[in-house]
Amino acid sequence: MLSLIDVSRRFANGVEALADVSLDIAAGDFVALLGPSGCGKSTLLRLIAGLDVPDRGSLAWRDGLPQPGMLGYVFQDATLLPWASAAENVFLPLRLRGIAWSEAALRVAAALAQVGLSGFANARPHELSGGMRMRVSIARALVSRPRVLLMDEPFAALDEFTRHKLQEDLLALWRELGCTIVFVTHSLYEAAFLARRIVLMSPQPGRIVHDIASVVPFGAEARLDPAYAALVADITRHLRAAA
Amino acid sequence: MTPQSRLAPLVFFAAMVMAWEALVRVTNVPAYLVPGPWAIGQAFLGAPWVLLGALASTLVVTGVALLVSALVGVALAVAMVASPWARAAIQPWAVVLQVTPIVAIAPLIIVWVGDPFAALVVCAVIVAFFPIFSNTAIGLGAAPADLLDLFRLNRASTWDTVRLLRLPAALPYFLAGLRISGGLSLVGAVVAEFVAGSGGFASGLAYRILEAGYRLQIPRMFAALVLLSLAGLAINTALAGLARVLLARYGNPPEMRAR
Repeated sequence: MLSLIDVSRRFANGVEALADVSLDIAAGDFVALLGPSGCGKSTLLRLIAGLDVPDRGSLAWRDGLPQPGMLGYVFQDATLLPWASAAENVFLPLRLRGIAWSEAALRVAAALAQVGLSGFANARPHELSGGMRMRVSIARALVSRPRVLLMDEPFAALDEFTRHKLQEDLLALWRELGCTIVFVTHSLYEAAFLARRIVLMSPQPGRIVHDIASVVPFGAEARLDPAYAALVADITRHLRAAA
Repeated sequence: MTPQSRLAPLVFFAAMVMAWEALVRVTNVPAYLVPGPWAIGQAFLGAPWVLLGALASTLVVTGVALLVSALVGVALAVAMVASPWARAAIQPWAVVLQVTPIVAIAPLIIVWVGDPFAALVVCAVIVAFFPIFSNTAIGLGAAPADLLDLFRLNRASTWDTVRLLRLPAALPYFLAGLRISGGLSLVGAVVAEFVAGSGGFASGLAYRILEAGYRLQIPRMFAALVLLSLAGLAINTALAGLARVLLARYGNPPEMRAR
C-alpha cells in the first residue's frame, strides 16, 4: 500500500525527528507506531498524511497519491467544532469537499451508527463525555470511507475504562471495514492489544529499532490471553535493550 | 452575585449623591461653580427634550459608527488572515490610525468630508474600530492547529477555512472587542461633536455641553454629562448581554476558550 524509503526530517530548531526511516505498510494491516515522546512517531504519521514533507527520502503509494477522503485522520484530542452538532461535525469533511447535505445525510448517520452514537446526532460537543467526543471524531474520519485511517494517540487522554471500550470497538470496526490503520501510541499495552504489527521507535534521532508481528487473538478476552502477556513481555525486553 | 452585592453600587451611588447635595448646601457654593444633584435634576426637567434630542443624535452617530467599525474591522482582519500581503500592507496603518489623537485630526476630517453627519461618523470610527479589528485578527489566528490540519487534509479553500472555522472561532474575541469599541464609539462621537460644535455645527450632547458652558448654565451642562455617562453604561450593558446570548447560542465553546 505504502512504502517509506530512507525518510529523514529535521526541524528548524535542529531536532532530528526522523533519521533514515524505511517502512512498508501492507493494505489492510493494523500497524502500531510505538515509542516514547519525541521518537518521531507523530511526525511519521504527518508525513504519511501529507501534512508535512520529508527533507530526504521518499514516500511511495502503490496506487498513486491518495485523494482527499482516502485518508482519515484522528487527532489526540477530539478537535470537534464546539459550535456544531455531532452530525455537523461528522459532515464537515464531506462538506469541505463540496458534497451537499442531502447527499451526505445517510452517510453521516451511518458513520455515527458505526461508532455507537446514533441517538446523539444533534448533541453539541460540550454535552458529550470525553469518550463520546472521541467517537464523534472517529466517525468524522470514517464518513469519507477512507482506505487508510491514521490515528495519533487518539485514546491517550481518556480514562482506562473508556479507553478499553474504545479499543475493543475500534478493533471490531477495523475487522468489519477492512481498511488499513496506522496507530501512533506510547502505550505498549495499547499497541499489544490492538495491532497486528508493532513498530518500535526510539528518539534522538527518531528511528525504527524493532518490528514485531502479533499473534494476539481479537476481542476483549485477549487481555487475559497468554499470547498478550508474552507480547507485552517481548516489547518490554526490546524497549530495555533499545534504552 | 448575591442580592447584597447587586444593590451595592446603587447604595453607594445614593450615598454619594446625598453627600454631594449636603456639601453644596452647607458650603453655599454657587451653582455656576458646583451645582448640586437637585439643581442638575431641575435643569434637566426644565427642558428635557432639548437634552434627550441631543442624546438621540449622539447615539445615532455612535450606533452607525459602531456598525461601520464592526464591518471595517472584521473585513480588514479577514483580509489579513487570508493574505500575507494584505497583512503586511494593513497592519502598520491600523496602528498609525490608532495612535493618532482624534482631537488633532478631527478638524481636518470635518473640513474634508463636508457632510457633518458623515464627518462625525468617520471620526468615531477612527477611534472605535481598532479593538474590534485587533481582537478579531487575534481570534482568526487562534483556531486550533489540529482543526486547521483537518481542513488542509480535505483541501478546504481559504474561504471555507475562514467561513467555517476561523470566523466562528473568532466570535468570542470579536465580541470582547465590540464591547470595548462600543464605549470608544461614544467617546469618538462626542469628541467629534465638540470639534464640530466649536465650528458652529449644532448637533449632539457635546454641542449642548459647549453651549451650556458658554451661557454659564452649569447645572444643565452637568445634566448633559450625566446623560452621557448613562448612555455609556447602557451601551456597555447591552453589548455584554449580546455577547452572553450569542456565546450561549454558539454552544458555550469551552474547548475553544481553553486553548
